[in-house]
Amino acid sequence: MDVLHPASADDVADMVASAAARGERLTIRGGGSKDGVGAPSETAVLDMALLSGVIDYDPAELVLTVGAATPLAEVRALLAGSGQMLAFDPFDHGPLFGKPSGKATIGGVLAAGVAGSQRLSMGGGRDHLLGFTAVSGRGELFVAGAKVVKNVTGYDLPKLAVNSWGRLFAMTQVTLKVVPAPRARVTWVAEGLDFADAQRLMAAAMGSTAEVAAAAYLPGRRRALLRVQGFGPSVEARGQMLAALGLRPGNDGECDALRTLAPLPLDRPLWRINAPPSAAPAMMAGLSGDWLADWAGGLVWLASDQPAGEVRAAAEAAGGHAMLVRGPEAMRRAVAALHPPAAGVAALEARIAAAFDPAGVFASPRMTGAVA
Amino acid sequence: MTIAMPLPDGATIARRDAIVAALRDIVPGEGVIDDPIAMRAYDCDGLTAYRQTPLVVALPETTAQVSAILRWCFDNGVKVVPRGSGTSLSGGALPMADAVLVVMSKFDRVLDVDYGDRVAVVQPGVTNLAVTRAVEEAGFYYAPDPSSQIACSIGGNVAENAGGVHCLKYGLTTNNVLGAEIVLMDGEVLRIGGRQLDPAGLDLIGVVVGSEGLLGMVTEVTVRILPKPETARALLIGFATIEDAGRCVADVIAAGIIPAGMELMDRPAIHAAEAFVRVGYPLDVEALLIVEVDGPPAECDHLIAEIDTIAVASGAVSCRASQDEGERLGFWAGRKAAFPAAGRLSPDYICMDGTIPRRRLPEVLNRIGEMSVRYGLRVANVFHAGDGNLHPLIMYDAEIDGQLEAAEAFGSDILRLCVEVGGVLSGEHGIGIEKRDLMPVMFSETDLMHQQRLKCAFDPALLLNPGKVFPQLHRCAELGRMHVHRGQVPFPDLPRF
Repeated sequence: MDVLHPASADDVADMVASAAARGERLTIRGGGSKDGVGAPSETAVLDMALLSGVIDYDPAELVLTVGAATPLAEVRALLAGSGQMLAFDPFDHGPLFGKPSGKATIGGVLAAGVAGSQRLSMGGGRDHLLGFTAVSGRGELFVAGAKVVKNVTGYDLPKLAVNSWGRLFAMTQVTLKVVPAPRARVTWVAEGLDFADAQRLMAAAMGSTAEVAAAAYLPGRRRALLRVQGFGPSVEARGQMLAALGLRPGNDGECDALRTLAPLPLDRPLWRINAPPSAAPAMMAGLSGDWLADWAGGLVWLASDQPAGEVRAAAEAAGGHAMLVRGPEAMRRAVAALHPPAAGVAALEARIAAAFDPAGVFASPRMTGAVA
Repeated sequence: MTIAMPLPDGATIARRDAIVAALRDIVPGEGVIDDPIAMRAYDCDGLTAYRQTPLVVALPETTAQVSAILRWCFDNGVKVVPRGSGTSLSGGALPMADAVLVVMSKFDRVLDVDYGDRVAVVQPGVTNLAVTRAVEEAGFYYAPDPSSQIACSIGGNVAENAGGVHCLKYGLTTNNVLGAEIVLMDGEVLRIGGRQLDPAGLDLIGVVVGSEGLLGMVTEVTVRILPKPETARALLIGFATIEDAGRCVADVIAAGIIPAGMELMDRPAIHAAEAFVRVGYPLDVEALLIVEVDGPPAECDHLIAEIDTIAVASGAVSCRASQDEGERLGFWAGRKAAFPAAGRLSPDYICMDGTIPRRRLPEVLNRIGEMSVRYGLRVANVFHAGDGNLHPLIMYDAEIDGQLEAAEAFGSDILRLCVEVGGVLSGEHGIGIEKRDLMPVMFSETDLMHQQRLKCAFDPALLLNPGKVFPQLHRCAELGRMHVHRGQVPFPDLPRF
């Protein structure tokens, strides 16, 4: 399989234009931490790794501009040096595939819509990607969004970049909103709960003024974890609100389970189910396997051999959708990674993809199971 | 009047009676207005310098009616302009002589509130403040708070991606909307997003929010609601120079504090506001900063003390912390009256809306001051200091020949300056017609064509809200063509309107 190594945005434009002219396809690759997601790619690879590095960072402006293939770990370390962080809490998919972490790039986590526990309170990549430069399937370099935190000039194309899985354009540079890292953080715990009770408890906490940053449920330990963070006196005051709901201070390290998914077996298909929290307990009553719930119940990670059709039907019945994150190759060839949308939405998505990429350079059965 | 709209299509206007009859078949009773006097109520939005009587006004009550109207217009090649409450400051709802104005004010019901999932499902004609009113007894509110919130509709907020003074901490409309039902120009009804946090595929709701009514008509919106913070406190801080105030803002953020609101006023704005509402603003300062924090009382007290220390270190000449709710509201009363206060100083004013990197504020305000002298027009500046969103109020008298044109030219120069220093044309008011012709200042032809192709994916006949946002007309067939190699084939000269 050919691997192209562009060293600049102009290189990317040349390579995409050539591929378009020859009717060839390209799969965009950042660090390869998500190579195992979706149907195996049989196209040439556009390896973005050289488009890495910090372009502009002014902590007082809360804005960071980096090359799209800058390693996530490097971005986090840079921000931590100024007491800041990525609010949407992205994580590295490496461990989900039994591989080491440290490969994921910032462009990859954005394109894949990866957001961790804090997405509940602070938004996802969609809420923090302010602007980008990219090469569309036309082989043209274009700019979208801006480098300031508040902007409504023109269409909000950065929203389309997040969760696009490289179907529209290859990002070469991204500008992100960043936020101050909290000074203090305490994880509160409630034990001996089934999911329905835990979901109600988490909803009550989210509906209180405790400003819960993250809320998860670990069914194996029948335990709900709720994190409060901010300035010391505030964290203390808000912790007392959780104490009034029956929680006690716990160990912040337990929250790592939601990032590494370490409690879940590696040898079974992995589903990521996004549904309204109140519907999640009933949904999980109909599904078997090992699982964890994040986002106050709104995100379920399920490791299960249950047939794909049953998992997707349960997610749909709950008003949500299920993505196949990991599975054996035969399954990934047969089952679309992304939950199939309704016909009208699928047609609109196909028209949007064609608008950015009329020759289908980035079209691939990898995520949708069929080339639009 | 310097902004030109597309020339109306005479053939469409000649068919008006047939169009009115077709609409009456779809929307019964009083739902179609064709009397020129009655239609005058709809001849402009918040950008009142521009007025146009619509071809006909339709006020549908159901999604099926909206779908049938759009389908009929699509089949018959008739343009459509959507309208919510008509409070847009950029002309996003300006009618056209050859277009049906579809007004969503009858979609005025809150359909569902779910406190467990913290969402509300509302029709688009519900006002912004009515969402909060519907949930406040349970201790919740809807966070985006544009200053027109008593009148502006959620559908309009979605179209414009409305912000407000609290959006640095709580986000704009786009960060608070989860899903919607939309009707495309060909009448197709789609549900995008949902009650869950992220979409299954492309973030269609993300791109519909802020699309200024060019992609589809929203008929239902699912918004997030939040628990109302326990308390809020504010500081009123005076500075001898804009530079000192700018440094204070940067230092507050560098200290890890994201205030709920952070508003800066310059000397003309302070004096105008104080003369109007007499709230006790200091008149001997060059800049006045209002910083608001919210949360539990322990957090507010802690942050007020920290910000007070930072303000003193930044050279503040006065600093007052609100001791009760009355005092806090008093701090805000002047800022909230800044627009009517400008209106009292001058028969007319226009409010600009660029965003800049905050570090460039002193330079930008100095250059706006120079322009003010050059144009012979007064200007007062209010500024969402936390997120760099600048609102210069340019005062003029439309009765004096040439002053509207001068004010518009002054405003355009300010927006060019915003882009020059690394900012944008609009932070929260939208492009509409007002800033349409400035889009090439910020975006290249290639950038704009990529945006317009998105329009083609939703509305290939370009019938929905034409003449807004984009300065040039490109037919979708032209945009769809692949050209040889990036930018090397020149784009044909297309007519400007």
